[in-house]
Amino acid sequence: MPRIIKHDKIVDDHWRILVLADGETPETVALPAEPTLLPLAVWLARRDAILASETPIGVWLDSHQGPEALAGDVERLAVIGINFPKFTDGRGYSSARLLRERFAYRGEIRAIGDVLQDQLFYMRRCGFDAYALRADKDIERALTALTTFSDSYQAAADQPHPLFQRRVAREAA
Amino acid sequence: MYRYDPIDQRLVDERVSQYRDQIARNLAGELSDDELRPLRLQNGLYIQRHGPMLRIAIPYGMLAAEQLRKLAEISRRYDRGVGHFTTRQNMQLNWPRFEDTPAILGELAGVRMHAIQTSGNCIRNVTTDPFAGCAADERADPRPYCELLRQWSTFHPEFAFLPRKFKIAVNAAAADRAVIRAHDIGLDLLRQDGEIGFRVFVGGGLGRTPILGKVLREFLPRRHLLSYLDAVLRLYNRHGRRDNLYKARIKILVQALGIEEFTRQVEEEWAALRDGPTTVPEAEFARLAQHFAPPAWETLPVEDPSHLARIRADKAFASWCRRSVHAHKTPGYAAVTLSLKAPGVAPGDITDTQMLAVADLADRFSFGELRVTHEQNVVLADVKQGDLHDVWRIAREHRLATANIGLLTDMICCPGGDLCALANARSVPVALAVQEKFDDLDYLHDLGDLSLNISGCMNSCGHHHVANIGILGVDKNDEEWYQITLGGQQGNATAIGKVIGPAFYAQEVPEVIAALIEVYVARRTDSERFIDTFQRLGIDPFKARAYEGRDRRRAAKPIARESDPEKSKEKEKEVVNA
Repeated sequence: MPRIIKHDKIVDDHWRILVLADGETPETVALPAEPTLLPLAVWLARRDAILASETPIGVWLDSHQGPEALAGDVERLAVIGINFPKFTDGRGYSSARLLRERFAYRGEIRAIGDVLQDQLFYMRRCGFDAYALRADKDIERALTALTTFSDSYQAAADQPHPLFQRRVAREAA
Repeated sequence: MYRYDPIDQRLVDERVSQYRDQIARNLAGELSDDELRPLRLQNGLYIQRHGPMLRIAIPYGMLAAEQLRKLAEISRRYDRGVGHFTTRQNMQLNWPRFEDTPAILGELAGVRMHAIQTSGNCIRNVTTDPFAGCAADERADPRPYCELLRQWSTFHPEFAFLPRKFKIAVNAAAADRAVIRAHDIGLDLLRQDGEIGFRVFVGGGLGRTPILGKVLREFLPRRHLLSYLDAVLRLYNRHGRRDNLYKARIKILVQALGIEEFTRQVEEEWAALRDGPTTVPEAEFARLAQHFAPPAWETLPVEDPSHLARIRADKAFASWCRRSVHAHKTPGYAAVTLSLKAPGVAPGDITDTQMLAVADLADRFSFGELRVTHEQNVVLADVKQGDLHDVWRIAREHRLATANIGLLTDMICCPGGDLCALANARSVPVALAVQEKFDDLDYLHDLGDLSLNISGCMNSCGHHHVANIGILGVDKNDEEWYQITLGGQQGNATAIGKVIGPAFYAQEVPEVIAALIEVYVARRTDSERFIDTFQRLGIDPFKARAYEGRDRRRAAKPIARESDPEKSKEKEKEVVNA
């Protein structure tokens, strides 16, 4: 079974990712019975049918797809995947922050695609809590990257107070 | 200047460990070169024409004497004893060994320095006025705001992989000395009804599509600075183009949406962020301001009689004072620019010995601090008038007192094709040829304020677009040619120069510059600078004179690309040792 990093641990994972093949359409593709991250287009086309099933629901966003499309449904989604077509495509960081900080999504946000060790620290700060590391990489080693830095200047999804607020509070104490 | 607390220091130390591990994984084959590239760039490491180049951050140009001494030591131990100051007020080392770079960053961390985000598609080193804190026309000291931005941008988790690089400059004086409208974001500090805030410009930049920044907001109260920038950067991160490297800067997004629509989208995003946790409290501004408290200036008379006497007695000193010494807001003090534009030296280059000399000058005469200017010189900001003669004497011994600040030979110049992998043409040999042509200081003083900048390619690191006379190296069929622009300028009337016509061969450039200068000398009025005469006359007389007697079809040999590696090694030596 594939392994991912989730909540700072390496765990077995049973979610699959549906990618539409040539010729398949969101309207007609067969909905898998097992837990699957569905493309946004499938979710938008088949929302009622998907909600009617018993399985937990996952949807994945590509880097150009904003999380606004899921804003009204976040409570129905167990997992939201955010795809990194290339690790240098940074749009997913904004998507994750918006899901956490604006749409108050509390489920799992999973990085999928070109997910590498050296980006995990920033991903976590932006609200990711699960990482499907690229298969050819050493997942044990990657785990150490979550704690690269012991502190951060900015407020983000993992830290509501920027360092300047905490410094001021400390000096006042 | 800003003093690290234990958290600042720990973050820099942790960055060194992270980088050391990344290089080790790369050498072990676990991290591919492509995967390493953005990581090393965000630590200032380029792989250049002949090997690595390391760009060390000098936040908003501020350096302590001990930091400069460390740079001298590093340049001697790990490089060839020369550093190069850049237009982002940083320092580049051109000859470090790849394997040594973790050790260099480790040494830098020991003096509170690093190379964080000096390259890569992230928020770069913030730049500002080198006369911050001492200029009479200052509305407030810009440095606390620069430091606020440094901390906010350092390891910003959302904006480490932007579509392209992102440059911010801050001006806080009546006269803009930070070219803020040539930046992705330009911040102009204002006071409005007793409140400090910023006029925000967006979408400026040089490069292949030079554009001046447009006003995004007339007044942004300072407490909102970070949340507002988060909104701008988020819009850019999400919607800036990623399909074409040349259309990826924020200026292209601003152009595509139009400034009104861009502004509307920023305001919409900001509405969700404003007054959130990133709102900066007064206490933080007060804390940062303490770090930039004025040094212990003495109470001195406005004019030091001994200084005036020395000016009268010594013509060379007087002429240096005229160009290199600047008014200070405190009576009896002056700011001094040490010129890194001596004849025969690549503009912005400084040797290890010179670094040590400057550090000593800073310790003896200027409270142990100095500033790097975006014009690639060094400023001692707080020198007593009575000490100016000593400063001059010592600076002159180290070839740091060429009296050419603001004159034609005070060129901004990128390293160019001798070193840079991006360059289309060499820039330093052209700069040296222009210096040689204009080697008469009296004549240069007579010509007065005139900016001449040189870039070796369209990336425009040499800021040629905003020079009165700009020189751009271009590649035509593997030959180096030089295009000339006229009428650019920095400051409050920042303008982009216009191309005068077809490019010139390298050896023609000094003659063409001389021809342009002749037009100015012949047609100027008593009070006109070059740019004033140019604006009055327009481009035509300059253009006509520049091409007079030049047959574009003549078979004068352009400089061909060096293909013999031994020969080009010789050339490098010349430039580096110059």
